[in-house]
Amino acid sequence: MAKTKVIERKPLTLAEKTFIPQIVGGLKTTFSTMLKKPVTLQYPDERPNIPDNYRGVPTLVKDPNGREKCVSCQLCEFVCPPKAIRITPGEIDAEEETAHVEKAPKEFDINMLRCIYCGLCEEVCPEEAIFLQDVFSSSGYTREEMINHKEKLYELGGTLPDRHYKWDKKKAAEEKGNPHH
Amino acid sequence: MEIVTATLPVVLPIAYALGMISVFMTLCGYSVLAERKVSSWIQGRVGPNRTRMALLGYIPVIGNFLTRLGLFQPAADGLKFLFKEEITPGHVRVGYYYLAPIVALAPALTTMAVLPFGRYVDADGIAQPLVLANIDLGMLFILAISSLGVYGIVLAGWASNSKYPFLGSIRASAQMISYELAMGLSLLPVFMWAAAPGSEYGMSLFGAVQAQQGGWLIILQPLSALIFLVALFAETNRLPFDMAESETDLVGGFHTEYGCFKFGIFFVAEYAHIIMGSAVFVLLFLGGWNFLPWFADPWSDGLMGTLLSIAWFMAKVFFMIFFFIWIRWTLPRFRYDQVMSLGWKILLPLAVGNLVLNTLIIALYDTLTR
Repeated sequence: MAKTKVIERKPLTLAEKTFIPQIVGGLKTTFSTMLKKPVTLQYPDERPNIPDNYRGVPTLVKDPNGREKCVSCQLCEFVCPPKAIRITPGEIDAEEETAHVEKAPKEFDINMLRCIYCGLCEEVCPEEAIFLQDVFSSSGYTREEMINHKEKLYELGGTLPDRHYKWDKKKAAEEKGNPHH
Repeated sequence: MEIVTATLPVVLPIAYALGMISVFMTLCGYSVLAERKVSSWIQGRVGPNRTRMALLGYIPVIGNFLTRLGLFQPAADGLKFLFKEEITPGHVRVGYYYLAPIVALAPALTTMAVLPFGRYVDADGIAQPLVLANIDLGMLFILAISSLGVYGIVLAGWASNSKYPFLGSIRASAQMISYELAMGLSLLPVFMWAAAPGSEYGMSLFGAVQAQQGGWLIILQPLSALIFLVALFAETNRLPFDMAESETDLVGGFHTEYGCFKFGIFFVAEYAHIIMGSAVFVLLFLGGWNFLPWFADPWSDGLMGTLLSIAWFMAKVFFMIFFFIWIRWTLPRFRYDQVMSLGWKILLPLAVGNLVLNTLIIALYDTLTR
């Protein structure tokens, strides 16, 4: 059996009974807090530091050459648990420099009233085109405003660095006569 | 010209009184701001820092500084109270309901008539107080009038016709009656020393200040000062004694049913009591406008000296107001029975003991020096 040790409680001294030393101690504590820098973050003026792996509002990104990376494969649309994403695929014009990519979204809508910020779209995307970035507040006056259309998504997403340049390599290989690179 | 000289004795006191009221009300507004700012600093926050006034707020550097200090906030607060919708709940006793805030504020403003706030030296070279009415019974007047403040609270609680305000007002009145005794008794030794037989001042506050040219009474009479300070906190219904409000168990206490400007008046009355209490404590125990303990009056006799004495007095009052706020954000609230036992079982016997002790000392002193 475990031994319990009874700690003896000392009776209060006269000074302690008046509470005055304790009150003075408390006053010291509050005064020293008063001189410290406040911890407040002035929110709309200052923004908190957001870690890189934060799951904010989903956005579409372009690669550093300005090519839109989404090829409208619709994997994100299929994987999206609350069915927040709606994609209308479109063809890329044959005149374009990136015509070999063949497809790009004509419409890309994410309904932010449905989105649950799970990040599955980012995980599933084979083109690394959709990212949940650092934007965490979205607001609007109507339901329609809460649907992020393609322009808005690209505006929010901006450009992210690309490690592969997959389609540029593909084109280069094709020009060298190795279409199955 | 004759009309001017004839009406001057009537017009001048009214003008002085109006001037003092306006200064006093401004102080009330700014002590609300001080409360908000100091509380936020103590809690590691920033406090009100957004309100900006049209012209003053846009002066390049100063405007931003004043805005960050929140100096325009009291105006915004007051206007908010003024322009909100006046709501009178259906179940209140209407006449008394409207009367209560006035009854709460009036005593606090009345007491300032006998409050000396500086000194000047008249043509004969005698120091005179700057005060609206320099009556011999100054302290007694303040004690008598300021305890009328409880009627406002009782009336508010009863007129609200609702149980939480009623409980709050009953608690407040019981508390004020209990602490009034200790307060009065703690002051007796002060005036036994300050207004010794043959003194020309009686119980006037000016006399108490003049008597402290030697040493401040907080050093000579620490026990009286302590009892008076604790009783003062209880009388002004400030934390740790805010039984009247205690929002955790009584919603808002006696002003639960009050809104907009009527609530604003209660609010101002609370701060008016704090300022009055601070001023009285400064006058009685912190030497009034005397410079330092045992170093009374380094100021010249002219206008500059008068202004400096007022400024020094105000600085002490501001410190006391800060102290009130500081205590509020340091100590938790007492339980109701603890308030009562502190008042009746500790402070009252202590005050009586202090009185007896001082009487004995004075008797001994008199027999020895005769």
